[in-house]
Amino acid sequence: MNIFYPVKLFADWLTSSVFSIASQTLLAETVNYFIYDTIKIFILLSVIIFAVAIGRSFLPPEKMRLILARRNKYFSYIAAALFGIITPFCTCSAIPLFLGLVQAGVPLGATFSFLVASPMINEVALILLFSLFGWKIAAIYVVSGLAIAVVSGLIIGRMKVENLVEPFVYQQTLNSRTELPPMTGNQRIAYAKNYTAGILKKVWFYIIIGVGVGAWIHGYVPADFLAKYAGAADWYAVPLAVIVGIPLYANAAGIIPLVGALTAKGVAMGTTLAFMMAVTALSLPEFMILKRIMKVKLILIFAGVVGAGIIFTGYLFNWLI
Amino acid sequence: MSIQVFGLGCPTCKKFYDLTRAAVTANNLSEEVEYVTDVVRLQELGAMQLPALVIDGQIVVAGHLPSRSEFVKIIAKHKKSA
Repeated sequence: MNIFYPVKLFADWLTSSVFSIASQTLLAETVNYFIYDTIKIFILLSVIIFAVAIGRSFLPPEKMRLILARRNKYFSYIAAALFGIITPFCTCSAIPLFLGLVQAGVPLGATFSFLVASPMINEVALILLFSLFGWKIAAIYVVSGLAIAVVSGLIIGRMKVENLVEPFVYQQTLNSRTELPPMTGNQRIAYAKNYTAGILKKVWFYIIIGVGVGAWIHGYVPADFLAKYAGAADWYAVPLAVIVGIPLYANAAGIIPLVGALTAKGVAMGTTLAFMMAVTALSLPEFMILKRIMKVKLILIFAGVVGAGIIFTGYLFNWLI
Repeated sequence: MSIQVFGLGCPTCKKFYDLTRAAVTANNLSEEVEYVTDVVRLQELGAMQLPALVIDGQIVVAGHLPSRSEFVKIIAKHKKSA
């Protein structure tokens, strides 16, 4: 049984009884889609963000970096990318995470794997992909995102770019003050509640706008309308999607519902994936802030390698799907 | 007691700083809250998540934004122990 069946009933009731929109019409369908999707997404977000936050309280980055630094090199790259999934990422944390990982002895390349995966793959993006595209697309996104993160990290690691990082980064060793006091059970719950509320507060508006515009496109824009502009046949669609995606970082939560509807109208899946990855993984504000600890050349290498990986993934899935 | 907020100037860090100052006032303290944005000092501190609240050299909160009332409680707790 579909656990969202009560939500469906509620959406039906709201559409027909409260808004008195005649059923079977395009308007009713659009309104219904909007109500159902919005409620479903908010329920999923609240439950899953809370659960991830509880889990994370047991494995903070301070602990994680010790695990990453101890093992062999390839383990570090994969684990760093995986760890990126559950670590919340905001642009201002890019620097302290980077410093903290390098300080603990995590290879520079693996640190970049983390920097790629952390903003690109997270529970919010996954929930939105899962609710709007289904589990297959969500899985493709995660697996190819992880692959891009690991491979980009390995490439950057091979390039011996240590000299492009500001020298002070290597001057400090671990100190004991960084240990946060252990949390009690109640503190974990308070932290998770607070964190969930914070994320919802940050994204609710974009999700409502995104799902709203998505619902409108879903109902009113003819199918295949966009196929002639952004179908798989046009070679330039993927790189264009990546370039457009770079400055759009802040609205990632609203972009997924929006591109969901675009895909339904004929934009090729690989192009959509490339766009979403560029929006999340390559962000202009993050590049600006990274300038404080590394040379511009290294930021360009980072953006270039990751961008190339995203473009490759876009073409691959346009060709496969 | 010394109270510092480490941040890199993002909106969350700014709000974190404002709430810390408000909580200090609410506890009838007159301490200045220092706002640190220097990456070298951040490196020395070793916090891996921002914004971070540091009281007497010890990281107390890192990587999330507590509510206004929680901030007041956190400051009050350290006021007693100081």
